[in-house]
Amino acid sequence: MVIQQDKMQSLATRMSQDEVKGRSPWADARKRFLRNKAAMTGLIILIGVALFALLGNQFAQWSNEDLDFTVMGQVATMGMPSFENGHYFGTDDLGRDLFARTVQGTQISLMVGIVGAAIAVIVGTLYGATAGYVGGRTDQIMMRAVDILMSIPYMFVLILLLVMFGRSIAMLFLGIGLISWLDMSRIVRGQTLSLKNREFIEAARATGVPSWKIIIRHIVPNLLGLVAVYATLLVPLMILTESFISFLGLGVQEPLTSWGALISEGAGTMNYGTLWQLAFPLFFFVITLFGFFFVGDGLRDALDPKDR
Amino acid sequence: MFAYIMRRLAVAVPTLLLLIVFSFILMHLAPGGPFTQERELPPQVLANLNAKYGLDDPLWKQIINYIWGIVAHFDFGPSFVYPDRSVNELVAAGFPVTLTYGSLAFIAAVVMGVGLGVVAAIWHNSFLDYLAVGISIGAQVLPNFVMAPILVLIFTLWYGLLPGGGWSFSDPSFWIMPVIALGTSYMASIARITRSSMLEVLGSNHIRTARAKGMPEHRVIIRHALKPAMLPVISYLGPVFVSMITGSVVIDIYFSTGGIGKAFVDSALNRDYAVMMGVTILVGALTIVFNLVVDVLYAWIDPKIRY
Repeated sequence: MVIQQDKMQSLATRMSQDEVKGRSPWADARKRFLRNKAAMTGLIILIGVALFALLGNQFAQWSNEDLDFTVMGQVATMGMPSFENGHYFGTDDLGRDLFARTVQGTQISLMVGIVGAAIAVIVGTLYGATAGYVGGRTDQIMMRAVDILMSIPYMFVLILLLVMFGRSIAMLFLGIGLISWLDMSRIVRGQTLSLKNREFIEAARATGVPSWKIIIRHIVPNLLGLVAVYATLLVPLMILTESFISFLGLGVQEPLTSWGALISEGAGTMNYGTLWQLAFPLFFFVITLFGFFFVGDGLRDALDPKDR
Repeated sequence: MFAYIMRRLAVAVPTLLLLIVFSFILMHLAPGGPFTQERELPPQVLANLNAKYGLDDPLWKQIINYIWGIVAHFDFGPSFVYPDRSVNELVAAGFPVTLTYGSLAFIAAVVMGVGLGVVAAIWHNSFLDYLAVGISIGAQVLPNFVMAPILVLIFTLWYGLLPGGGWSFSDPSFWIMPVIALGTSYMASIARITRSSMLEVLGSNHIRTARAKGMPEHRVIIRHALKPAMLPVISYLGPVFVSMITGSVVIDIYFSTGGIGKAFVDSALNRDYAVMMGVTILVGALTIVFNLVVDVLYAWIDPKIRY
């Protein structure tokens, strides 16, 4: 998956050109979004996955930590998905209920995705808006720093960080947060450059509003559409990064789990004929990515109708 | 053009130095040294070990020595865990493997992705287009760590056609699954980028002109549409290249192929900082060089770029 820079550019120019017409552009966009079948399907999938993460534990008959001693040692024959013994998704290799584990993994992966994207959005927006608004030498130095950071092989640095300072969720957030805002800041800067010469900014400046207040009160709200689309597309990228790290066993640690860790476990045990251990986490992983990509694309098309 | 390359190199060199210094300082901040073990070493032994590896020098001196070793002798120092092996040996053992399946996956992803995208754009809204879009949407949610188990499940466990792991330079059947696992999701991204940029180019004025003067369609596409349509694809090649190297971590673990990804993860688990840094710096250097090549290629193809 890639966030197509040229499309984001065209979205950026479009967002800055919006003139007030009879109907607000937001109402137009909402109508287009609701008419987009793929995006609505994606939205419904995401709502379903979110409900699964939030309410799943209500339906689980086993806790995610309890071992089911009746299936232990014979998981391949006894631990398969069944309604009779309450393991809807079967059990994992140690006899833990996979349904409860999947719920837990879904919660953590979604959290990592959303928090990671939120860090990226907040840091990237403020950084890019500041660089773009202040301009001049500050802008050059700030963007050159971004260029340098971008050419660092971040996955390796992330693993380096995790190994050296311990594998914890906090470190994972920090590591993901450190790198994910770079693209965002570039796009936001470009958008800010085109915004900052508009009349309403000039008016604010003429009435003596300080720069930081102009950035927060006038520039950032006008970036909202762009940021919303980008954030939606960032969440699956964050989930992918986290799953990649967890697949290697360097991310989320037991007793916590995530999709990546569950997929890794399932992939490790599939020789024994316990295919459900791979299938269920993989299913949720895949449909969630689908959901986010569809919604992101749909939002972009809705806000930027000339590019379809 | 020469000045442009020089200017880019002028940025690339400090970047690399920064990466070295950054990872070096990180290594020092990290709790526990390379000789931290469960049973504590006698202080004299520890002091001797530190003296042997130059770890008792002040930090700035260590950094300068390290950088000098790399620049002057291309020497990344000894491994901290395997004292008889140097980082160079450990990395050199895995590099050809990674290079082989990585470049094959890269080529496969680019060729198939571009092919799929172009076909989809030419026969826009036809069955072929829907097929190509369907494939690329499906493939983009299949990153390497998802593809790897699925491929092993199908080709090794169910049909027994391909070896489920290991590596041999002489037997291509070992190459197939790593290449597919690594390349699939990037093929999908490239196909999507190609399709949308090709559609845009095919709707532009110079294509209409070319058609209007009676040029046969295949020549319109090959001579006039393909080149401008490739620009977004080229700017995406840098990230793809990086992902091929990053993905080797998963491939090496899952298929036991023994590339540099294995060296990296092994050293990560052993806390062998010297090897980790060596790999990180090597990958960083490769990334910078490749991005430079891509940018030069871009500037060469796109006449609008003034450098």
